[in-house]
Amino acid sequence: MEIYLPIADMPVNVFLLLAMGAAVGFISAMFGISGGFLMTPLLIFLGIPAAIAVASQTSQIAASSMTGVLGYARRGALDLKLGAVLTLGGAVGTVAGVAFFNAMRRLGQLELVIVVSYVVLFGFIGTLMLVESLRALWSARRGVARRRRRGGEHPWYVGLPLRMRFYRSKLYASVIPFLAVAFLIGFAGAVLGVGGGFIMVPTLLYLFRIPATVVVGTSLFQILCTMLGATVLHAVTNQLVDVVLALILVVGGVFGAQFGARAGQRLGGETFRLLLALLVLAVGVRFALELVVQPHEPFSIMRVGPER
Amino acid sequence: MTARASSRGRGAALRCTLPLALTLAAGPARGENLVTSLSTTQIAITSTYSGVDVALFGVIEKDLATPARQAPYDVVVTVRGPRATTLVREKQRLGFVYVNRRQRRFVDLPIYLAVVSTRPVDEIASRQARLAYGLGLEAELTPPGVDAARDAANARFREALRRLNGENGLFVEKSTARFVSPNVFRATFPLPATTPVGRYQVEATVLSGGTFVARSSTRFHVVKTGFEQAVVDLAHNQPLVYGLAAAALSLLFGWTATVVFRRD
Repeated sequence: MEIYLPIADMPVNVFLLLAMGAAVGFISAMFGISGGFLMTPLLIFLGIPAAIAVASQTSQIAASSMTGVLGYARRGALDLKLGAVLTLGGAVGTVAGVAFFNAMRRLGQLELVIVVSYVVLFGFIGTLMLVESLRALWSARRGVARRRRRGGEHPWYVGLPLRMRFYRSKLYASVIPFLAVAFLIGFAGAVLGVGGGFIMVPTLLYLFRIPATVVVGTSLFQILCTMLGATVLHAVTNQLVDVVLALILVVGGVFGAQFGARAGQRLGGETFRLLLALLVLAVGVRFALELVVQPHEPFSIMRVGPER
Repeated sequence: MTARASSRGRGAALRCTLPLALTLAAGPARGENLVTSLSTTQIAITSTYSGVDVALFGVIEKDLATPARQAPYDVVVTVRGPRATTLVREKQRLGFVYVNRRQRRFVDLPIYLAVVSTRPVDEIASRQARLAYGLGLEAELTPPGVDAARDAANARFREALRRLNGENGLFVEKSTARFVSPNVFRATFPLPATTPVGRYQVEATVLSGGTFVARSSTRFHVVKTGFEQAVVDLAHNQPLVYGLAAAALSLLFGWTATVVFRRD
């Protein structure tokens, strides 16, 4: 069944979009990531202009994360206080990122900057996570117990000033490193058009040693707030939010997210990290291939300027 | 008659027939007069729109005073959609990665271009005549007054633009126009699903033996209606309301899903 998208100016197959929304929603809720880095390439593959794909999926991501947040909140796996701190840092980072994005676009070759950033960021983070996961699995197989975090044992950045008590995360830590990390993620997210959950989740896991269940819910909360703001910002600044496209993806997405949230709770911590590492690394490899493999079609067309 | 004399005669005819034909069309008809009509003058995009075929019908009117033609009539129908500036970029190897390096800008080019003729346009008229009367995609894409040597570098980009837009149905060139009777013809052109909204100009040109005979122009509009138009209007006129509504819908749908799927 085809339906015409009023802003994207093209018809799409409803069932295909629903399936895509469900698949990305499942992965998104399972790992606490926005899934933007999966959805954008899929939408562009369908022929939807990149700018409209990015703008419209912000509201889809918001709806998916809303479902996820409610699901995790009911299970008590959400640190609202930490989420609020992260949202604050992320908002400032997003505004700075949008400004940087526009400056880069004026200089040209923005596309290259984006692809290289994807490769470096995803490749680097994916590899780090994979190595860490494999080491953990290896030592588990040899029966070597890994040291758990003991009370009163913290990395230096947790002890910076402005300490706050985060009960759910079992942490008494300075807000400065959280704000800094959220700022960087908001910045990178705005430049690359991704939610940044794939950076946030491993950061909270590895750098702050927050329990995996709390990490996902809290990350989703931050994504929800950021994406609600992004939807409104996109609608006001470029009028590229296609509400029909978003709603179809939302319906598919919330459906998938239901099952994703449950699957995520059932996954063991080590398996969870390994799968997320492989996912992030796969995206990095995909963009690397795009860069080094000779393109099948070297030419591309872009419509610029107003139609008349 | 020698070949040389005939070719000179054709050149001379080319230069003078256009104003002549226009004068005649306005005054009492001695040459042919072309009357055209479209199957539709307004195409409404609804939620089920996925492209449409539009037909142009034409009648070549003659009276007793019209001299008989040596060669049969040929028809070239050109459809030009709304215009925009199009960038064509080419990826090239730089070190060991491929990046966009060269680009050409096609200013004010119709987004949709269709040329439907009774025969391939290069059989209907000479290159010179095609460029003079704007017949065929090549003539449409060749900027006037550019010398061939400088233009050679642009040819690759023009060719790529033609090929890519041909693949997505925005550029059409085919010889499927037919005469249903000696003086009545029909030409059908397909509008793809991605065709832009706006004004489309349809120009029919009748030739005979490579010589201009008559030309007629008409137009149609592609518009959004109902829900589609309402969405676009709201997005452009009330962007803040639109954005807040989209955000609210997201929250509502996310919450609804939780309620619907709640099992515990």
